[in-house]
Amino acid sequence: MSFEPKIIGFLCNWCSYTGADLAGTARMKYPANLRAIRVMCSGRIEAGFILDAFRNGADAVLICGCHIGDCHYSEGNHKCLRRLPVIKKLVEQFGIDPERVRLEWVSASEGDRFRKIVTEYTEQIRKLGPLTLRDLDFEPPPEVEHDEVKPKEEVCHV
Amino acid sequence: MSKPKLAVYWAASCGGCDIAILDIEEKILDVADFFDVVFWPCAFDFKYDDVRRMADKEITLTLFNGSIRNTENYEIAKLLREKSVVLCAFGSCASEGCIPGLANLHDRQSIFEYVYKDSPSVDNEQDVVPQSRTPVEEGVLTIPEMWDTVHTLGQVVDVDYMIPGCPPQSDQIIAVVSTIIDILKNGKELPPKGSILGATDKSCCDECSRKRDVKKIKKFVRPFEIIPDPDICLMEQGIICMGPATRAGCGAKCVSAGVPCRGCYGKTSNVRDQGAKMATAIASVIDSIDPDEIQAIVDSIPDLIGTCYRFSLPDSMLRRVQV
Repeated sequence: MSFEPKIIGFLCNWCSYTGADLAGTARMKYPANLRAIRVMCSGRIEAGFILDAFRNGADAVLICGCHIGDCHYSEGNHKCLRRLPVIKKLVEQFGIDPERVRLEWVSASEGDRFRKIVTEYTEQIRKLGPLTLRDLDFEPPPEVEHDEVKPKEEVCHV
Repeated sequence: MSKPKLAVYWAASCGGCDIAILDIEEKILDVADFFDVVFWPCAFDFKYDDVRRMADKEITLTLFNGSIRNTENYEIAKLLREKSVVLCAFGSCASEGCIPGLANLHDRQSIFEYVYKDSPSVDNEQDVVPQSRTPVEEGVLTIPEMWDTVHTLGQVVDVDYMIPGCPPQSDQIIAVVSTIIDILKNGKELPPKGSILGATDKSCCDECSRKRDVKKIKKFVRPFEIIPDPDICLMEQGIICMGPATRAGCGAKCVSAGVPCRGCYGKTSNVRDQGAKMATAIASVIDSIDPDEIQAIVDSIPDLIGTCYRFSLPDSMLRRVQV
C-alpha cells in the first residue's frame, strides 16, 4: 500500500478556514490527507503545537493564515510570520526535515489556491516519506542475567 | 519507636544536589536527628545489597537526584521505588533531565566516538571503548550499559513529588525538609501526589527585580558580547533569558547577578514543553515583519535547542534529537 501522509492543517478562522470551506462548497477535489484544525488566528500557533502534532503521528504541519495586511486582528499573522523561522530552526535541530512545516497565506476567496497548496504539499510529503520518531516513550530494557564471576582459587586476602 | 528512614541517591548527575543537601548548614543536624539515614552513596558507606535486604516501603523518604541513562540508574530507581513510601525527584536531572539530558542531542555511539577517540585531548591508538561485557578467564565482567537516550526519573518509575532546580536552592531545601519533618512528626497529611515542592508556579520574571518594558529585538547577543544594564530586563537588551518560560523559586539569583536565567527550575504547571514555550517567546520579541530580516535575527541565535532546552530536553515532547 502506498504511503498516505497525515498532515495537520492549522487554518485561521477568518481567511483560510473560509477559503477551505469555499473549496468544499465549490466541490473542488483535493487529497483527504489534511486534517484541518480551526484556530482563531495564525498568531495563535505556538511552537508547541507543531511539536505536539509530530509527537502524535503527524508527518507534516501546514499553517494557513490571512495575507499580510488582511489579518482580522490587524497583526496576528505578523506573529506567525516571526514564529515560523524559529519553529523551522527548532524542528531542523530536532533532526526533522523543516519542509515538514509550511506556512501559506490563503484568503477567504482563494478556494482554488487552497486546493492547489494541499494537493502539492501532500505529494511533497509523500515523496519525503513517513516521519518516524524514536524513544518517544520509555521502554524497559530486557532483564539481563548477571554472570557470576568466580574468583581464582589462590586469592590474596588482605 | 524507630526513626523514619531517609535515602538519598545519585544517578546520572554531577553530585551538586548532594552538596546542596549538605549546604543547608546546621539544619542538616535536624535531618540527622529526625531521620535514620539508611542509604546515601555520596556521604555514607552503604551498599546496594543493604537496600535490597530491606522490606518493601521500609524507607520513608527517598530524595533521588540524577537522570536515568544506564542500566544501573534504572535498576536502582526501580529498587528505591519499591522500598520507599515517598519517592521525590530531587533537582533538575531527576525532574527534567538537565545537563546530562543534552546527551539526547546525540546517541551513545557518537558520544563514545568523541569522548574516547576524536576529542583533541584523547590519545587512544588501540581504540579502547568501554564494553558492557568483558570476558576474562574467570567468567564475564559486566559494567552498566549506557543507553542512547537519557530519561527523567518520572519516565521510568512512579514519582510522588518533584523538587526542581540545578541544584535546588538551600533555603528551598530547608523549607521542604522542615515541612516534611513537621508533617511526619505531627501526623499531618502529605501534599497531593505530583506536587512541586520548593518552588512556586509563577515564572522567574515574577521574582526578577529588573525593569520591564516593550521588548523589540533586532539582534540577539550572547552574554559575553555586551555589558548589560543592571536595571533593565535582559531580554530587552537582546540576551535570551529563559525567565519567561521558567518556574520561580530560586529568587531570580542569576538575573540579579547579570546572568540570564538558563531555565533550571523547569516549566510551570500549565506548560507542556519548556523549550517550545521559550522558542515561541523568542519569536514574539523579534522586531521586524520582513521575512529576510526575521531570518537574519533568528540566525543570530547559535544553538536554539541548547538555549531553550538546556535543562529539559528529555522532558520535551520529542524527548530527543533524531539521529
